[in-house]
Amino acid sequence: MTKGGLLDIESLERDEIDEILARSKDFQPPRGEPIKKYDYLRGKTIVNLFFEASTRTRTSFEIAAKRLGADVLSITAAGSSVSKGESLVDTLNTLGAMRPDAIVMRHSASGAPHFLSRYLPIPFVNAGDGTHEHPTQALLDARTILDRRGTLEGLRVAIIGDIAHSRVARSNVFLLSKYGVSIVLCGPASLMPREMKELAPGIELTSDMVQAIEGADVIMMLRVQLERQHETSFPANEYFQFFGLRPEHMEKAKPDVIVMHPGPINRGREISSEVADSQRSAILNQVENGVAVRMAVLERVLLQ
Amino acid sequence: MSRLIIRNGRVIDPSQNLDRVCDIAIEDGTIREIAESIANPGGSSEYDASGSVVCPGLIDIHVHLREPGFEHAETIESGSRSAAAGGFTGICCMPNTQPVNDNATVTNYIRAQARRHAAVNVYPIGAITKESAGEQLSAIASMKQAGAVAISDDGKPVMNARMVRRAMELAGSLNMPLIEHCEDLHLSAGGDMHEGVQSTRLGLRGIPRSSEDVMVARDLILAEVTGCRYHVAHISSENAVAMVRYAKSRGLRVTAEATPHHFVITDADMPPYDSNYKMKPPLRDRRDVDAVISGLIDGTIDAIATDHAPHPGAEKMQEFERCPFGIIGLETALPLALEKLYHSGRASLPDLVSMLTCKPASVLSLPGGTLQIGARADVTVFGLDHKWTYDLSRSPSKSRNSPFDKRHFRGGQLATIVGGEIVWQFDKL
Repeated sequence: MTKGGLLDIESLERDEIDEILARSKDFQPPRGEPIKKYDYLRGKTIVNLFFEASTRTRTSFEIAAKRLGADVLSITAAGSSVSKGESLVDTLNTLGAMRPDAIVMRHSASGAPHFLSRYLPIPFVNAGDGTHEHPTQALLDARTILDRRGTLEGLRVAIIGDIAHSRVARSNVFLLSKYGVSIVLCGPASLMPREMKELAPGIELTSDMVQAIEGADVIMMLRVQLERQHETSFPANEYFQFFGLRPEHMEKAKPDVIVMHPGPINRGREISSEVADSQRSAILNQVENGVAVRMAVLERVLLQ
Repeated sequence: MSRLIIRNGRVIDPSQNLDRVCDIAIEDGTIREIAESIANPGGSSEYDASGSVVCPGLIDIHVHLREPGFEHAETIESGSRSAAAGGFTGICCMPNTQPVNDNATVTNYIRAQARRHAAVNVYPIGAITKESAGEQLSAIASMKQAGAVAISDDGKPVMNARMVRRAMELAGSLNMPLIEHCEDLHLSAGGDMHEGVQSTRLGLRGIPRSSEDVMVARDLILAEVTGCRYHVAHISSENAVAMVRYAKSRGLRVTAEATPHHFVITDADMPPYDSNYKMKPPLRDRRDVDAVISGLIDGTIDAIATDHAPHPGAEKMQEFERCPFGIIGLETALPLALEKLYHSGRASLPDLVSMLTCKPASVLSLPGGTLQIGARADVTVFGLDHKWTYDLSRSPSKSRNSPFDKRHFRGGQLATIVGGEIVWQFDKL
């Protein structure tokens, strides 16, 4: 399904994911060695089109493209024709007429890249669409888990936070379930649709942090997304007390538990500084793997 | 004197329990005779309906014609021609125009435009509140005098229960039905599709069943208090059907309609983020579809109505969450009903015909829905078995927002006769 782009994890086959994850290993710079640059995408033009604020994902895609030798252009919505009232299709048609080889897009509307790819022949790489999916995040999370555990199968992964509004949660659920991971989703009931359980096999739901963490191999914390909550679904002042990851939780998890977070982290809201900065935290490995995984994705999308 | 003889069709008129093969003679726009074999003394035109069904002209009590104000999406002329192409001879138009049909001047304007341009009979529905803003009652009595057949703030449900009660009291005294678009706007706020597995999967905000259910419950209580004739528009949820069934068993003057899309497709049928599947109420799931079908079969739901809601292409060609709600439906209603209710063996042909003729007519006390001698000659001819494919690009509607383009059908409308004139015929091309 990466033919013509990467819109979501749900429609990927497991062997496609395996190939991306394996290829991304090739792009991980060995410790202590200088960063390697390649020319696999020389002569290719990639447009990074971000309709939502993003520092890490946009930078990560940009660096990934450059390390592969592509020409890359980053556009943020502010200052684009979107603010002049042009429709999304017209904006993309205009960009498309300049013949980029791929468009990496982040948009606040769920399904925006799916909608556009029906009208434009250019491959789209989804860098996050609304509350739907963030496929490269799930891929880099899987890469990070594999680096530490060697396998995904048989693991227990707890995903904790605002599940309802999280595209990271959805992409991870779709990815991990393809590997038979047992997934525990945990969050305030008002931020966790019961239907999440039906998205894939092997999912349980709980609003009890301790229950979620017990026996977990991986704890993925989600950012509290104030910008996506259209109402108060949970009293903000109680959040950290009931759903913030703190040192006392770590004793309940496996001793070698991996703590992950897609960033940007809100210290003292969903995760304490002690945990975020601890040995078990893989947060910076995730960022590092982001570049390698996106290199693998861009190469695949552009060279097939 | 114009005369038309419709020959040899299977005449089904549930209003007079008629179901037999015979001829119908129409003279000066009225039904003159129904008999086994009517002689043609010469001078009469003839329509051969052998092998087809001949029934009272279909009536759709829920249509948006967009005029005045949104003529780029639809006009009374284009919408009524789409109705004719769907076999409908009478349609009721909702008041959410610009200006809103909340006073007799607008009602008169719509009727005048309809007299000049409409291919079929057009019956305006007036607003419950001024500008459908939910704050002050509209000029209900004078709209009734001007020809409004019911009141509704369709699309903008009246959230204030006290306002609904007062409107029901007034409408009740005028013997005018009140039609509610049942949606609690707080529960559905921001929603784009049915709240369920599909909305969760696609990351779209949900419109829960409960948003429909609590409004139906509220209104049924108020209908009982006021004695007003109350009609549930586009019923779509299992609980809502059950509540209407209960209200009817208690003898309340309550009726309901269902759209073809709510008994034919579910939220899972939507290609990802295809806005031609976006409407209110949203496509729900299998359980609700089954409940709506059961409601139609057992008479809980009186009528099939389309909620024909034209939106031009540019409005529907946006991010899903930005697209307006609604689909067009006049031309696909009868074939979808045939497919889902008749060919499936669930409903008899006379029952199906009644859901599109005498029952909707009775819900809003409209003329028509019958072939009785002396009645206006509004007649629909349809086939049961011819294979055809819906080609949206040839629709007389100004809009193209339908999920049923290129759908293959078995049976459907063949000719539409309004006041004795054939206004539309199936083009075998």
